[in-house]
Amino acid sequence: MTTKLPNQISGAEAIVHCLLAEGVNLIYGYPGGAIMPFYDELYKFQDQLKHVLVRHEQGAAHAAQGYARATGKVGVAVATSGPGATNLVTGIADAQIDSTPLVCITGQVGRHLLGSDAFQETDIIGISTPITKWNYQITKAAEIPYILAKAFYIARSGRPGPVLVDITKNAQFELFDFEYTPCDHVRSYLPEPQIDMECIHQAAALINEAKKPMIVYGQGVVLGNAEQELKTFIEKTTIPSAWTILGKSALPTAHKHNVGMVGMHGNYAPNVLTNECDVLIAIGMRFDDRVTGDLNTYAKQAKIIHFDIDKAEINKNVKVDVGVLGNCKHTLTALLPWVKENNHSQWQSSFDQLYQVEFKEVIDKEMNPAGPGISMAEVIEQINQATQSQAIVVTDVGQHQMIACRYAQETLPKSNITSGGLGTMGFALPSAIGAKMGAPEREVIAVIGDGGFQMNIQELGTIYQTQTAVKIVVLNNEHLGMVRQWQELFFDSRYASTVMTNPDFVTIAKGYYIPGKRVDQRADLKAAIEEMVAAKTPYFLEIKVENEENVFPMIPSGSSVSDIRLS
Amino acid sequence: MENKWYTISVYSENQVGMLNRISGIFLKRHINIESLNVSPSEIPQVSKFTIVVNTTQKWVENIVGQIEKQVEVIKVFSHLDEEIIYQESALFKISSNLLFDERQIQNIIKESNAQIVTVSREFFVISKTGRRHEIDELHESLTPFGIRQFVRSGRIAVSKEAMPISTILNTINQKK
Repeated sequence: MTTKLPNQISGAEAIVHCLLAEGVNLIYGYPGGAIMPFYDELYKFQDQLKHVLVRHEQGAAHAAQGYARATGKVGVAVATSGPGATNLVTGIADAQIDSTPLVCITGQVGRHLLGSDAFQETDIIGISTPITKWNYQITKAAEIPYILAKAFYIARSGRPGPVLVDITKNAQFELFDFEYTPCDHVRSYLPEPQIDMECIHQAAALINEAKKPMIVYGQGVVLGNAEQELKTFIEKTTIPSAWTILGKSALPTAHKHNVGMVGMHGNYAPNVLTNECDVLIAIGMRFDDRVTGDLNTYAKQAKIIHFDIDKAEINKNVKVDVGVLGNCKHTLTALLPWVKENNHSQWQSSFDQLYQVEFKEVIDKEMNPAGPGISMAEVIEQINQATQSQAIVVTDVGQHQMIACRYAQETLPKSNITSGGLGTMGFALPSAIGAKMGAPEREVIAVIGDGGFQMNIQELGTIYQTQTAVKIVVLNNEHLGMVRQWQELFFDSRYASTVMTNPDFVTIAKGYYIPGKRVDQRADLKAAIEEMVAAKTPYFLEIKVENEENVFPMIPSGSSVSDIRLS
Repeated sequence: MENKWYTISVYSENQVGMLNRISGIFLKRHINIESLNVSPSEIPQVSKFTIVVNTTQKWVENIVGQIEKQVEVIKVFSHLDEEIIYQESALFKISSNLLFDERQIQNIIKESNAQIVTVSREFFVISKTGRRHEIDELHESLTPFGIRQFVRSGRIAVSKEAMPISTILNTINQKK
């Protein structure tokens, strides 16, 4: 386990050896003054450690996130000091709120210059403290091995999250005796709480007695690799199961007990029936306000059981009756023998009935629009068909994201990559690069709005240079659609700064030598998507969709989940 | 839920940046820290933060959870005033001529169990240790005479119940 080198090496070379020892062979970054010694070493080790040059550091952070979300491994992003480091900030904040394991390495001015307002000096430790799981400033080479070991351990263990390690330039130059031992323990940190069997028994008793139980699963299932355990639990108990946006692909969308998405633009049945179930079983989710709506009217009639790895999430937003702490892979395994086989088909039929209501009022209209304009939902449906629902669907933020999450059929785990908690526009394009590099055998389709596409459009350059075969679908409604929808519904249609005059996106893609097409007729849609999926190279598809489509159902902000509107 | 005074005791590794990390958790929730003290604890290399806030039980529970999950934090406790033994310290700098011209000052010092720490030609310094209201009372009594400088420390507190930090550290380490 321990790596020891015979001769003294520089701190910069040590960083490379640490990354290799952690099994890292791919990193995303952008060079600059304070990180140059490290880049000089990367040049020497390029056969073993591939560096992807992004076009903006935010792209590096999101690409590392996409890689982490597609693989379950730690993503690595590198930037220089000052603006390089601050450009990572949005990605780090996104990774923090969505529990994505990242190690960000930033260069820093030399130790003797700290605090002197030196060129490109920024207090990135101060800036990143509230948005990292852990951070540390290295000022001497000897600290590099054990701090990086600790960084990887903290990023991936327990509830994962981003870690930032800031390394002063002098520490990169200094020579020292290198020895690397991976970290398996920090004395003040208990990543996985011990499972309390008493809580398991209480949970099982409530589940066994329940007449109208409902499961809501979240990303904790994905992070814990507990997809199989969840499925076994659901199939044994036949409990109708809904998902939060980040929980999506933990269970195949077509599974017979899958009743859809909860939350603001989720499905009708699971939202309405949240307020009718008698036991709500929350697994690896955190009762975000976009999921719960008004907390004062959220599932008040139900006993609530909450499975989570993070003690601070229990009773944070919703008071629960039983909190089951632990990695849900282990807690679900412990629970399974104690729950009885059951048949909730009658209760399941209430979900089916409400699905029919939603189908008639919303889904059918979106899938089969009366007018000539293409709807976002029919695009997603064509993607489902062309990929046999096997693709990783990466989405940005806004209307297209909600529609994609509502309509994309997914059969494989880790198929849904989106910015959930932070709602970061500009997320999809770079994170699709990371996802494709992490899972090259899978089709990766980035579905992006015309607004979000332009927030990190420069990453087309990264796609071109690396020839990463991501498929980019821009759903162009010439608006910041979600904000426009809120303006229509809640601000008397005053469309303040939500109309976009867009460039010719296909020409821009062509400028990066990415083949592409624009579709504005329904008749051309199917063939265009099939052509895109068939491509072995990166491919760009702009689809002109209806300008003023609204996403429904919708729980207006601050309303109860059962007051969900169908129109 | 009503606001109450809570004393939050945080045991953490002694490392650069911990104060920033912990205080940020209050900042994010727009909760003002009324008093703060950082010192060594009974365990070598372990620091103890004593933080006083006036807020609701719900927020205290939230904050305790958020602080406790920081990697280098070992354990966090929150207590109401009746659950702890607590004190603050204050220094008052007063012009020396008052000590001789205003007899009343000497009585105030005696009655309040304050101590004179130093006397010079120009000024003298009174120190008072006790509960906040006792220090407030002394401050009020001395104000009419003119206080040249005043400073009060953060609250320090020990709990009536045990704070088994060594046991917690051992448990984490055994799990390895």
